[in-house]
Amino acid sequence: MNYDVAIIGAGVSGACIARLLSQYHLKIALIDKAADVSFGTSKANSGIIHGGFHSDAGHYLKAKLEIKGNLMFDQLKRELDFPFVRCGILVVAFREEEVKTLEKLYRQGINNGAIGIEMCGQERTLALEPKLSHDVLASLHAPGGGIIEPYRFVFAMVESAVKNGTELLLNFEVAGASKDAGGFLIESKDRRCIRASYVINAAGVYADEVSEIFNAEKFTIIPRKGEEYLIDRFSTAIPSKVIFPVPGANSKGTLCIPTPEGTMMVGPSAVDIDDKEELSTSSEHLQNIFEFAKHMIPAISERDIITSFAGLRPALAGGDFLIENSAMVPGLIHVAGIQSPGLTASPAIAEYVKDLLKKAGCTLVEKSDFDPSLEKFPRIRSMTPYEAEGVTAEDPAFGNIVCRCEHVSEAEIVEAIRRGHTTLDGIKFFTRSGMGRCQGGFCSGKIMRILMRETGMSFDEITKRGGGSRILTGSL
Amino acid sequence: MKEHTFDITVIGGGAAGMAAALAAEKEGCSVALVEREEYLGGILLQCIHNGFGLHEFKEELTGPEYAQRFADQLASKNITVFTQTTLSEISDERESIKSLFCYSSRYGVFCIRTKAVILAVGSRERNRGNIALPGTRPSGIYTAGLAQQLVNIDGYLVGRNIVIVGSGDIGLIMARRMSWAGAKVHAVLEIQEYPSGLTRNIVQCLNDFSIPLYLSHIVSNIYGKDRIERIDVTPLKEGHADNAAAFSIDCDTLLLSVGLVPENELAKKTGIELLGQTGGPLVDSAMMTSIPGFFACGNALHIHDLVDYVSQEARRAGTNAAAFIRGEKTISQYRIRAGANVRYTVPGRINPALDNTLFMRSMIVRQQAQIEIKVDNRVVKRFKKSHIQPSEMICFTLNKDDMKGISFAEDSVVEVGIVQ
Repeated sequence: MNYDVAIIGAGVSGACIARLLSQYHLKIALIDKAADVSFGTSKANSGIIHGGFHSDAGHYLKAKLEIKGNLMFDQLKRELDFPFVRCGILVVAFREEEVKTLEKLYRQGINNGAIGIEMCGQERTLALEPKLSHDVLASLHAPGGGIIEPYRFVFAMVESAVKNGTELLLNFEVAGASKDAGGFLIESKDRRCIRASYVINAAGVYADEVSEIFNAEKFTIIPRKGEEYLIDRFSTAIPSKVIFPVPGANSKGTLCIPTPEGTMMVGPSAVDIDDKEELSTSSEHLQNIFEFAKHMIPAISERDIITSFAGLRPALAGGDFLIENSAMVPGLIHVAGIQSPGLTASPAIAEYVKDLLKKAGCTLVEKSDFDPSLEKFPRIRSMTPYEAEGVTAEDPAFGNIVCRCEHVSEAEIVEAIRRGHTTLDGIKFFTRSGMGRCQGGFCSGKIMRILMRETGMSFDEITKRGGGSRILTGSL
Repeated sequence: MKEHTFDITVIGGGAAGMAAALAAEKEGCSVALVEREEYLGGILLQCIHNGFGLHEFKEELTGPEYAQRFADQLASKNITVFTQTTLSEISDERESIKSLFCYSSRYGVFCIRTKAVILAVGSRERNRGNIALPGTRPSGIYTAGLAQQLVNIDGYLVGRNIVIVGSGDIGLIMARRMSWAGAKVHAVLEIQEYPSGLTRNIVQCLNDFSIPLYLSHIVSNIYGKDRIERIDVTPLKEGHADNAAAFSIDCDTLLLSVGLVPENELAKKTGIELLGQTGGPLVDSAMMTSIPGFFACGNALHIHDLVDYVSQEARRAGTNAAAFIRGEKTISQYRIRAGANVRYTVPGRINPALDNTLFMRSMIVRQQAQIEIKVDNRVVKRFKKSHIQPSEMICFTLNKDDMKGISFAEDSVVEVGIVQ
């Protein structure tokens, strides 16, 4: 197949780039090695839309794109309907020297152009967030910060791109690439080939390896692992705003993050590792994370943990994004080192890449029939019983509550499958089934039955997240 | 919206719900039973092993047989059963007529108006997150109950080389079940110094199949990217990890049998007071919760090890809910508290003017244990048990005669302890 643009990596960067480019007369391939989109760094993201004060926009591209990206989410939500709430961010200080750092962050935010940020004393801080420890001295409040369901955002972006002509190639692990007069030839591990005039390397933790495959620049992505703990919605500790400590050298510290769906994440840790597939969690980090979090919000308890997970930040030395046309291989654009605030910046990254693509010689002509909207799909958990009565009368499958913890109906499971999410994790990220306190103990069997019915898959083809992550190994 | 009116609505059609509905109907009430699944029976339906019904029917039945006995009785009674129906929301919970919004693929969305609600919604399994098992996140890690459902209801096997974490009854039963299905069960690991399942299950499910039980051992790491490949096991020495003695087991499946907790979501959402030690509602001697008209029984109240006790307890809830409908007041209820070496007692309040059947769970293993009941620190009753252990629930009756002549103040506390 021949494409104008091939985007390697269907994480948040690749998804936003694909969706933006799908507004133009271009034939686009969005490719990913995993069985579904958003299965790498983007799925284990903290889901924060940052407030624009953490780094200096005069020095860092990531800070410039963070400010710009933050402002783009309201319109995107109206068009694409993903869970996003501008709940605000508080950075809380407990010691005098931390208050000084806060003041620095505040000035940085002002210089960056962050909207609405303010310094708050103890009283105002506790009024904004009564669940904080009363030992808090001061805080920086960024009302423009928010929270988002990162995989739902990626799903929506990819769906919109596909609706506007982008082709999605999954289980396509780039194994080889060459360039001739006709452009790039890209080969997958399972020997599928595509051609493309331009290639965008948005491969997350693998961006360095993809660059090497294309004989382009040498750089090293350091996977920086973060462990997060998910807290039950019944916990009394869940704050209304994202709570940050005053940041340390390597990361923004351990945070308390309310989610748009009413649960809370506590984390992440930050440890540089070697293995790009290493997603284990450890008892040691659990203790550190909770000790730290309780010092900010005393009501936090390990007893409310639903699950834990880990994600890898694709960090580059220097800590900034690397978004540029390859000097060594014309037509290749690197989108690398997209660690925090990558999710916030992602819609702005797409704009930035579009300009680079133009610079590289690609002609962009707008389509007259680009449709920015996706049809809203009803979720039974957000309806009143009277609304639920209406949709259930139309489709009885809405009345079958498959996931009791997160209140997900059969109709939503079926919709996820029809939209191409055919692994248990993919269905979970689209619907929330299995994300609640039983962690799939009650609903996994039902979901597998629906999956087999809807797709004709046999039991041994069902996986957790593609590849060898099979669920069932045999039958009686 | 379609509306139905009943005196009593039972939520959950498992062992507890069926017994409660039958008892309430016997008292002449109009009764509805709401069940999520297509068939009545609850978790009994996947428990195809025997051992059920020794107290209730004086014979050994399988889970489905036990359930069927009750389902047959229900069918002959005037009880309205809504299967494939989930109770989604309760409103007017403090009014005399409560509204229950039900979602069903069969009946659509409808509302039940009812004077009393019996929560018989069972329990759920603790999972990997609850015990914070470290390591990678491959497939192949399931709760024992899910694996049991998949093999016994759907006929699918979750793996071939299995390690079971926790020696709860479901884990033990599954060790035997998976062995019968041709899988190799390499070990059962238990964090405590004693097994958490019934002795008969240790004998019949592990010893008879030469499956090793490692007491005081924990899973210290999990390996495998796509599917689980290996675990590290570390023994505990006086409560601390003995890392020098750690070893690995290759496996493709880890089954977790690390305890059950009452499914208390509805109770919590409704604002019913819960008991910390059980995770279920705090109930009085009539099995009524802190909100008038709401009753609880079965594993939704506390975790039972015998279904026969569930049925017995649920009948009390059904009978008392009927008394509540008739306007009979539960009077002079005194708080009963777990004392030395006792994890909990249920109910949490008693009426000394009546005979009270109590369930309690010990925190210790003991031969010739002495159980002591005190009222405001004054001993009123002592009795002996030849053997007690945490995995076996203790059932006893505190007779009204035991309490004769004792003066109760408004804040009197009854305490049940095990004498050291």
